[in-house]
Amino acid sequence: MSDPRELYQQVIIEHNKKPRNFGKLEPCTHHAHGLNPLCGDDIEITLVIENGIVQDLKFQGHGCAISQASSSLMTTNVKGKPVEEAEQMVEEFRAMIRGSLDPTKDPNILGRLSLFQGVRDLPSRVKCAVLPWATLHSAIKGEDVTSTE
Amino acid sequence: MTKYLDVATIRQDFPLLTAPFHGKRLVYLDSAVSGQVPLPAIERMHHYEAYEHTNVHRGVSTLSQEATDSYEGAREKVRALLNAPSSKQVIWTRGTTESINLVAQAWGRQNVKEGDEILLSAMEHHANIVPWQLLAQEKGAKIKVIPMNDRGELILEDLDGLLTERTKIVGVTQVSNVLGTINPVKEIIAKAHAKGIPVLVDGAQGVPHMPVDVQDLDCDFYVFSGHKLSGPTGIGVLYGRKELLEAMPPWHGGGSMILSVTWEKTVFMGIPAKLEAGTPAITQAIGLGAAIDYLKGLSFDRIAAHEHALLQYATDRLKAIEGLRIIGEAANKASVISFVLEGIHPHDIGSILDHEGIVVRAGHHCAQPVMQHFQVPATTRASLAYYNDEADVDALVVGIQKVKDIFG
Repeated sequence: MSDPRELYQQVIIEHNKKPRNFGKLEPCTHHAHGLNPLCGDDIEITLVIENGIVQDLKFQGHGCAISQASSSLMTTNVKGKPVEEAEQMVEEFRAMIRGSLDPTKDPNILGRLSLFQGVRDLPSRVKCAVLPWATLHSAIKGEDVTSTE
Repeated sequence: MTKYLDVATIRQDFPLLTAPFHGKRLVYLDSAVSGQVPLPAIERMHHYEAYEHTNVHRGVSTLSQEATDSYEGAREKVRALLNAPSSKQVIWTRGTTESINLVAQAWGRQNVKEGDEILLSAMEHHANIVPWQLLAQEKGAKIKVIPMNDRGELILEDLDGLLTERTKIVGVTQVSNVLGTINPVKEIIAKAHAKGIPVLVDGAQGVPHMPVDVQDLDCDFYVFSGHKLSGPTGIGVLYGRKELLEAMPPWHGGGSMILSVTWEKTVFMGIPAKLEAGTPAITQAIGLGAAIDYLKGLSFDRIAAHEHALLQYATDRLKAIEGLRIIGEAANKASVISFVLEGIHPHDIGSILDHEGIVVRAGHHCAQPVMQHFQVPATTRASLAYYNDEADVDALVVGIQKVKDIFG
C-alpha cells in the first residue's frame, strides 16, 4: 500500500479546507444530488449550461477530504469547458481511478486532477473520489439523484 | 496486560494478531464489527468439516447422530451462556438481524395492528429499526422513540409516558454499538412489564462484554450474533420466552420443521424446530459453541473487568488529544469509543490509521439516527476486546497524532 501522504498532498488538504465554488447556483439549468450511502458523503451540484458550455457550477455538502477536494478541483477544471469536454473528464477520471488510464503515460485532459491517481491504491476510498464526477454526469444527463453504490 | 487477563498469552490463540500485517504489528480495534476467532474454535470447525461432516436430524447413521449431538450440544452451550430455562428456547438464526426480522415477522404480524405503537430507543442499530419499520408500514403501526441525552444515555424519565396501551413491544439495545452505553435494560423491562408489554433486547454488543442472564433480566426476546462473540459469521441466536415462541407461527417453511406433510395440510414441530426451516449452519453453530467454551475458560467476569480497565486507559489517553471529542460519555459504558477530530473527516482518519496497521471503523456504524442526534456525519470508532492491551491503545494515539500532522 502506498503511503497515504502521497495521496493527502498539500493541494488536496488545501482544497478540503477551502473548497472552491462551494454553494448553490440559483437559478440553475442542471442539478443532481450525489450520495455515498456506505460512508455518508453527500453532495449537491448545480450548473448553468448555456450553448453547450458549462458557464458556471457549484457544489455543496459534506464528506471526507478526498470527496471534498475532488469536488472542489472538479469545479475549477470543468468551469468554462464545453459539456463534451466535461464528459470526457468524467470518463478519464473514472478510468484513472480504476487503473485503466495512467495520466503519466496515456493522453488525457485531466491536468491537475491526476493528483487523485493514488486513490486507486485505496479501494475503500474510490467511491469518495468518484462521487462528484458521477454526480456531475447525472446532472448533465438530467438525473436528479446518483449513488456510488 | 491488566491484572485480569494475560493478553500476551491469549494473543497466541489469534494468528492474525501475531503475524505481521503489511510489515507491521496489526492493531485490531474493530471487535464491535466482528470479534476475532480463537484457534480452538477454528480447529473445532476444521475437525467437524474434515472428519464429521454430514447433516443433522437426518436418518439413523452414526455420523448423523454424532453431528446432531455436537450441533445440539452447541445449543446447550448457548442456553447455559444466557441462563435460559431450556435449550428449546434457543433458536438458531443467521445473526442478530435475522433474529429481529424473525420476531418482527412471525410475532409482530400476529400481534401488531393498525394504530399500535412499537417503542425503540434512540440508539438502536439499523437492525433493530428497519425490521420494525417494515412491519409498521405493513400494519399501519407507529414507531416511537425513547430519547437520549447528549452524554448518550436514555432518558428514562420519559419512558413511562411512552409506554401506552397502544405499545405492543419495546426494542432496546443492551449496549450501543456507537456510544458504548450500557443501557439499564432490566429497569426498562420492569417498567414495560408493569404494563404488560414485552421487550426485545438486542444483545449483539452486550453479550461479548458482560455476563448475561435472560431470567434475571426477565426479557422476552434476547438476540445476538455469533461473530461478535468470537464465533464465525452466519450464525446467531434468538432466545425467547417459551409461551411467546410457542404461539408464534413459523416464519420460513421447509424441511426440518415439520411433523407431517400432505397436500392438504402440514403439521409443524414444536420449538425450536418450528422456527428453523432447512439445513442449518451446523459448522458455525459448533464453532460458536467452541468460542463460548474458550471465553468461559477466560471468564466473562475477567473479560468485563479487563475491558473496563482498558476502556478507562483509552478514554484518558484519547481525551488528552487536542481537538478530539469523544461521542458517548455515559456513566456506564462498555469498551466501545467513538470520537471525532476537529476538521478531519472520519474516513480520512480511518485510511491513514489503516496504513499504520490500525483497524478501526469509520462511518455511521449502521446507526444513522445516532449520528443525526450528535450532528456528525460519521465517527471513528475504536472497540476493545479481551485480546487488546495498552500497547494497542498507545498505537492508536500515535496514529491519531500522525493524522493530525498530515492535516496540519
